[in-house]
Amino acid sequence: MARFMMRRTLYAIVTLFILSLTIFAVVRLTGDPVTLLAEPGARAEDLDRVRAEWGLDRPWPVQYVAFARNILTGQLGKSFNYEMPVSTLYFQRLPNSLELALAATLISFFIGIPAGIISAVRVNSAWDNFGKTVALLGLSVPGFWLGLVMILIFSVWLHWLPTSGQGGWQHLIMPSLALGWYFAASLLRLTRSSMLEVLRSEYVKLARLKGLPGYVVLAVHAFKNAMIPVLTLAGVNLVVMINAAVIIEVIFAWPGIGRLLYEGIFQRDFPLVQGVVMEAGIMIVMINLIIDLLYAYIDPRIRLTK
Amino acid sequence: MVSTIEETRASPVPIGARDFASVPRRWTSLARQLPILPLAILVPFILLALFANWIAPYDPTEPIPGAKIFEPPFWMQGGSSRALLGTDFQARDLFSRLLFGARVSLIVGVMGTIVAGSIGTALGILSGYLGGWVDQVIMRVTDAWLALPALVFAIFLATMIGPSMWNIVVILGLVYWTRYARVIRGEVLSLREREFVKLAEIAGGSRARVIFRHILPNVLNSTMVLASLTIGVVIIAEASLSFLGVGVPPPEPAWGSMLADGRSMLMVGDWWLTVFPGLGILLVVLATQLLGDWLRVRLDPQLRNM
Amino acid sequence: MAALLRVSHLQTYYSSFGGARVVKAVDDVSFTLGEGETIGLVGESGCGKTTTCLSIVGLLPSAARVVGGSIAFAGEEITTKRPREMRRIRGRQIAMILQDPMASLNPLFSIYTQVAEPAYYHQAIRGRALRERVQALLRSVRIPSPAVRMREYPHQMSGGMRQRVVGAIAMAGGPKLIIADEPTTNLDVTIQAQYLEVLKDIQQESGVALIFVTHNLGIVAKMCDKMAVMYAGKIVEQGSVRDLFRSPRHPYTRALLGSMPKLGSKDPLYAIPGHPPNLAQLPSGCAFHPRCAHTMPQCVSQEPEDGHVDTNWTAKCWLTDKQAQEEYVSAIA
Repeated sequence: MARFMMRRTLYAIVTLFILSLTIFAVVRLTGDPVTLLAEPGARAEDLDRVRAEWGLDRPWPVQYVAFARNILTGQLGKSFNYEMPVSTLYFQRLPNSLELALAATLISFFIGIPAGIISAVRVNSAWDNFGKTVALLGLSVPGFWLGLVMILIFSVWLHWLPTSGQGGWQHLIMPSLALGWYFAASLLRLTRSSMLEVLRSEYVKLARLKGLPGYVVLAVHAFKNAMIPVLTLAGVNLVVMINAAVIIEVIFAWPGIGRLLYEGIFQRDFPLVQGVVMEAGIMIVMINLIIDLLYAYIDPRIRLTK
Repeated sequence: MVSTIEETRASPVPIGARDFASVPRRWTSLARQLPILPLAILVPFILLALFANWIAPYDPTEPIPGAKIFEPPFWMQGGSSRALLGTDFQARDLFSRLLFGARVSLIVGVMGTIVAGSIGTALGILSGYLGGWVDQVIMRVTDAWLALPALVFAIFLATMIGPSMWNIVVILGLVYWTRYARVIRGEVLSLREREFVKLAEIAGGSRARVIFRHILPNVLNSTMVLASLTIGVVIIAEASLSFLGVGVPPPEPAWGSMLADGRSMLMVGDWWLTVFPGLGILLVVLATQLLGDWLRVRLDPQLRNM
Repeated sequence: MAALLRVSHLQTYYSSFGGARVVKAVDDVSFTLGEGETIGLVGESGCGKTTTCLSIVGLLPSAARVVGGSIAFAGEEITTKRPREMRRIRGRQIAMILQDPMASLNPLFSIYTQVAEPAYYHQAIRGRALRERVQALLRSVRIPSPAVRMREYPHQMSGGMRQRVVGAIAMAGGPKLIIADEPTTNLDVTIQAQYLEVLKDIQQESGVALIFVTHNLGIVAKMCDKMAVMYAGKIVEQGSVRDLFRSPRHPYTRALLGSMPKLGSKDPLYAIPGHPPNLAQLPSGCAFHPRCAHTMPQCVSQEPEDGHVDTNWTAKCWLTDKQAQEEYVSAIA
């Protein structure tokens, strides 16, 4: 297990390195970093200051080292508009995005997993076809359009729910449904195929041969094994959702990280944009690493090897 | 002395359900093989997009002379047959814009997928076949880029590079190739061990020759299946980028930016600017998903389970 | 002596393509097994051995169904039992050992959990009694230090040991009948012999009846009292192992025995000419006639019935029928 953990950690570090390198390279290749990093209408002294801060007049490798050092110490630049460090802003908005992503994940769990299990247990029946149709729709209907349509129906026409903003559960319902919609469909598909595969396995066959009651075979033997890939996906997806819910947050004026990114683009606040993207990458890689390490601990196959 | 008499007893097989004796065999077997539903959706869209110049009643970027802004569709009060589906905030004809928008979505979707598929397949083959440090490098980059959410990455690139239709194609290609690389690499790894490849290697073929003659044709199936499944994702990604303002720039009509335009009037209930473009996206993506499923069943029996 | 298991004229068919294609996997199979008896079910792949076993335990895949005949276990007809009733029999009265030890055990659960399950659910044994029972079971299959090993997980054990665990699981419910479906096929040759020893010991100590499915006649000779040879879904010869080995009556049995390599012999290996039949398109008359060295005209036109050779010894071959033989001889004279 120790060896496994060390290897995963090493991979995470390499991944972060490549990510930061990519962002670094893209910025250098597509524009003048100085003007980007300096505020619009900056004077010569400001430009010099920015150059010094980011080491922009040095050769690229040196620049990168400065860049990497900045990242490691959590200095991702300062937003023009907010006049605050980007990382502060990011972590300020993080809980909001987390709330939304959690709600969306929960909703998709409650829709996707049971539907997937039923589909697998009653394969090729009417239930299964219904489930497959739902999954298909989930993948085809753009989440943000669903959000707009929901606003139209439930806020504008029916006046049941508020149109936007953060607040009580009424504010949470529509955006989390719009955000979780796609994921519910993915979960359904994955649960279904994972369950089908497990149900066909030899050990489930043996469990049946032992004469165990049906629900035990399903709930104990099949379910636990089938959930492994599903939970992995869920864990990974939660983190992605937090960072990628840009459009939903924009539509529903949800004060999260996605909306922060959008503001950055809209207001040409470059440090904010670069910072959020980098921060998102860091967060995802770190959480993936933690999940993998947790995994190594839980799965007896890995825990009990070297 | 082994008997040479072998009579096959006719097994009691009931005749198949339908007897198409009246219809020429060739057509029915062809018709039964084609995926009717997705083609029924896609072909009209493609034709509409191709011939938009002739079908569209108005120039999509110019306001209709004499029309009001935000006119509803013709069947509603305040609408007229002058603008069948209504007008937008600059009094431009929605129907014409939808047609040209289809062109944008389809072109970006297809071209983006082609770019992503080409890069991904090429790198996947190289990675899987050559192994060693080439494999390591490509895989690390793939992992790193997969760690960043596609939309966030695309937004970042679009902000840096600047919006235009062809830029978006390149950007989406750069963002989505990683999905192909992973899968193709896996296939190549197993193909490499197959006998016909080993025979070709022993026969002294150069590596390039083995790749082009033996490996490539065999992974193309997977590439195509993957492509048909991800083309929907690419289309939605383009729509998302356009919605946020970093996609296809105005005044060129794109379904995504049309949705953004329509948002302001959504609050007062002007639904047509939101519903129609979204429906377009939904239908096209749905059709590509169905097509992808059909392809998957036909081309790769191993994936049939899903 | 009342038979523990009586299979009479069992017919299990697979249907596919909505009934358009019917495969007669098991066609008119009959045999009996008394308490403590062991029978070997022999034949090439696809001859219906496994389907017969699955029919007995009631775990046929959805495409297959028992369409005729009867299976009586301990005096009760089990083909008509409801799933819930069958579940009570499975594991408790009838147990089964599967072929692949690597796949039979659930990787996420400990050995203890998996061996304890039948006893837990069928006999409601709990706590310390359960632990002791598991240890006793593991000891009976000769797994050393059972108290330690039962806490381990399947991946920590070798194939041979896993298969022994599967044997312990089979014994856990205290069954009267164990069906072993090619349990040694996936084991190393050196481990096979050990495993068979273990199985034989358990069988003799506990007096459990055993159906041993295999394509390896050597194993049958070692493990079983009786033997039934299957071909194309039918039993073509059955009788005691001693009788069949000494003077097999059915040409297929003879061919199988002939194709066994003999230690020390330098004769060329004999392989049965032809290939196993397509069960969806069987030859007319006797299904073996295309590959048989003694075909008579009657073999092509009529399916043979069970010919009586001796007590409890039958062979489905026209060669046992004196009249058919005489006709043939006179025809070629």
